Amino acid sequence: MNAPVPLGQEGTVSIIGCEAAPILRERGQREVFCGLTGIVWLHRKIQDAFFLVVGSRTCAHLLQSAAGVMIFAEPRFATAILTERDLAGVADIDDELDGVVSRLLERRPDIKLLFLVGSCPSEVIKIDLKRAAVRLSLNHSPRVRILAYSGSGIETTFTQGEDACLAALVPSLPSESPDSERSLLVAGALADVVEDQFARVFDALGIGPVRFLPMRRAADCPQVGPKTLFLLAQPFLGDTARALEERGAKRLSAPFPLGSEGTTLWLQAAADAFAVPAERFDAATAEGRARAETSLARHRQTLSGKRVFFFPDSQLEIPLARFLSRELAMDPIEVGAPYINRQLVASELELLPEGPTLSEGQNVDRQLDRCRAARPDLIVCGLGLANPLEAEGFATKWSIELIFTPIQGYEQAGDLAELFARPLVRRDLLEV
Amino acid sequence: MDLTLWTYEGPPHVGAMRVATAMRGIHYVLHAPQGDSYADLLFTMIERRGARPPVTYTTFEARDLGADTAELFKTAIREAYDRFAPEAIIVGASCTAELLQDDPGGLARAVNLPIPVIPLELPAYRKKENWGSAETFCRLTRALAGAPRHREFGARPRCNILGPTALGFRHRDDVQEISRLLGQIGIDIGVTAPLGATPHDLTRLYDADFNVVLYPEVALPAAQWLEKAYGQPFTRTVPIGVGPTRAFVAEVAALAGVDASPTLRDATSRLPWYSRSVDSTYLTGKRVFVFGDATHAIAAARVARAEFGFRVVGLGTYSREFAREVREAAEACGAEPLITDDYLEVEAKVGELRPELVLGTQMERHIAKRLGIPCAVISAPVHVQDFPARYSPQMGFEGANVLFDSWVHPLMMGLEEHLLTMFREDKEFHDGATPSHLGAKTRVAPPIAAPAAKTLDVSAAETVAATPGVEDGSQTAWSADAEKELKKIPFFVRGRARGNTERFARERGLTAITVGTLYDAKAHFGR
Repeated sequence: MNAPVPLGQEGTVSIIGCEAAPILRERGQREVFCGLTGIVWLHRKIQDAFFLVVGSRTCAHLLQSAAGVMIFAEPRFATAILTERDLAGVADIDDELDGVVSRLLERRPDIKLLFLVGSCPSEVIKIDLKRAAVRLSLNHSPRVRILAYSGSGIETTFTQGEDACLAALVPSLPSESPDSERSLLVAGALADVVEDQFARVFDALGIGPVRFLPMRRAADCPQVGPKTLFLLAQPFLGDTARALEERGAKRLSAPFPLGSEGTTLWLQAAADAFAVPAERFDAATAEGRARAETSLARHRQTLSGKRVFFFPDSQLEIPLARFLSRELAMDPIEVGAPYINRQLVASELELLPEGPTLSEGQNVDRQLDRCRAARPDLIVCGLGLANPLEAEGFATKWSIELIFTPIQGYEQAGDLAELFARPLVRRDLLEV
Repeated sequence: MDLTLWTYEGPPHVGAMRVATAMRGIHYVLHAPQGDSYADLLFTMIERRGARPPVTYTTFEARDLGADTAELFKTAIREAYDRFAPEAIIVGASCTAELLQDDPGGLARAVNLPIPVIPLELPAYRKKENWGSAETFCRLTRALAGAPRHREFGARPRCNILGPTALGFRHRDDVQEISRLLGQIGIDIGVTAPLGATPHDLTRLYDADFNVVLYPEVALPAAQWLEKAYGQPFTRTVPIGVGPTRAFVAEVAALAGVDASPTLRDATSRLPWYSRSVDSTYLTGKRVFVFGDATHAIAAARVARAEFGFRVVGLGTYSREFAREVREAAEACGAEPLITDDYLEVEAKVGELRPELVLGTQMERHIAKRLGIPCAVISAPVHVQDFPARYSPQMGFEGANVLFDSWVHPLMMGLEEHLLTMFREDKEFHDGATPSHLGAKTRVAPPIAAPAAKTLDVSAAETVAATPGVEDGSQTAWSADAEKELKKIPFFVRGRARGNTERFARERGLTAITVGTLYDAKAHFGR
């Protein structure tokens, strides 16, 4: 059992965490979405961007199934479905794509930024969408900027799609003027409400200018350059971080802003870099920390001591395991992630108490064997596994909700805990 | 390249999954990249199945492409056999694996498993989900049904029920209802497949006098093959609605050589009386738009016309395989046929026809919601709410009762409609107010991205209509009085009244629309 760690006391941060722990690497069937799925939230985040997948009927079907419901009047994503004519070379791919893009942009004059998104089939038959984007940009600029990235399942897993999208965006971001002051860039899609909260905290800390990537509107591209320091708001942005570093920006290493502790350490990284005095930091964060503590306390009784098992899904697994173990005294048994970028999660692994098996990749059948044998109190897994595991008598938390719900920051710490508490509370509640 | 926003059907390998998931004792080894496993959630979330679909995805990655994806496939099939011990395995490729040309069938043969392994060829860039289901079921039937044998003479009549799959619209309940009905007639059921059948069960398909084809989209090729192989006739009537159910009873009784009259005499459905009771007179001539798979769309159009007294103004399907049948059915009820899998085209058609009720799929439910038109779902693709907890078949006599309830509930009831017509100036009865039965919120016009011809919703239609004579360049202007009078027409038919009046005026070369023109048009178009 790991007691919640009071913050700000030296020596309480475990130095024998998981940073040196061995990783179980697995190969086999994966029960994880491909990178195309990122479109489901990215198209809501960038309000005048459109995502055109060049792929198959499977891609289109995945997107509408992952979006779950077809609630949008007309979504800002679509699929250019490859047909036999395209594959057989009867139709010229460039001409076809030009036609589709022209029709699309004619239909949607509100679109300012178009992403051509590569898929498994387009990658396998080697359609060069980057080149196509350059060509199409010439035709449609300045009205529309056209970029390309790949969300294919053979290269990207689930949230990596956002990474690929943002990494494609970075080279086109405007440069900071050489005489500008230092600025902070927060990279990673956050709910608008969370972004606004963080903006207020940074303001209270006297840090600025603060910019966010992705931006809400195509015209509001954040500037970047050697004076830029950046914080990752999400743990799956390896390529984006590299692209920002190539623009001269410097990454501030920190745990991710999940839970009270994670949020504090994340903000602290920025505060240290901008030399914010300790008193000012305490003053700016004290209320948030207190509110987070109050809301977390409500769920601690439900969650404390409960054993939790993570199937790989969104890359949030390691930060979430750290949050659940340190702030809610849960006991992670296995923490599975699609891949582990040790550099990005280094500060997370330091904090994660020793004990859980860290696994990377997946062989879903073998992992299910381990899970059943371990009999956890709560399983965090994807939608394909949740109901079957419930039917076997396990409590599950479907992980996609962790991507579609605002969970970062002090004000959401309690909401995040509640997401894990709800399945357990519900089981107690039901008498059928 | 086809530009697609939403799709009515998934790729053909999802059709194969619907067959495999419906059955027991079978496993599907699918050569596919990471991400294709999204299809599992269709079954575990939408249908709330308590078990994972019996599918192993080989999950190849970019780095495998240069190496050996074929070896990956062989490992996957060996491991699937060891772990799941199926009676039979089907193998195939998803869209990406099709491009690799690894030949799953050949690879599976090389592994030499001691069970039947049936290769599927499902061209992902040409065919779609329902075709995939039909092809898979037919392949399984042909591979497993064995050599023709003949039934024992003098046994009780027996039939197979063919077509129900996983993720089908009310398939589970239809099977129950039709099985009960066949039992009443005195016909035994041999095999029901794919739903609930094992590969071993399929070897007994020969042991029946005839086959009941519930869903031609899935079962027709298999039934045709069984007819050829075993001389088993199959049913042509889809028992949706009271009339077709009675016809179905007569058809199976004739095939089985039994007397259907006791069943027909005792048959009870409340639909005929409910439809004849005076409360239902308000249903008369209601304009209905029908869209779905061919089987359900054709059946719904017939029931709407003959058993509800509706007027079918549009009938369409996304099942191109059955386009001819749908065209014929549309002609029979004097409706416009619409054969398309382009969701935007369906939306435009609904906007143009302005029906009073939409009978469609989950997609039309969204179209209708946006246009403020009542809607009932009659066909796949469906969502989680279309798998109700209660027993609610579409087929048979109980199915007819379900149709009555589920199609009438979204409508306003007779007296409510009269009140709306009489008291037009009630402040709740205006354009901006959503009808009470659709929720109390103010209706917000959906964001229209572009004034593209294809997008046609209420507000867009109003805009077009308010620009008189745009279509042919002639000038047709509304007088202030006529405009005022138009506002007295209930908002839910106002758009149509406006359109009809302008058409009436244009056709007669009138340049101004007066109150008189409005009522002339009403008399002309009135039903």
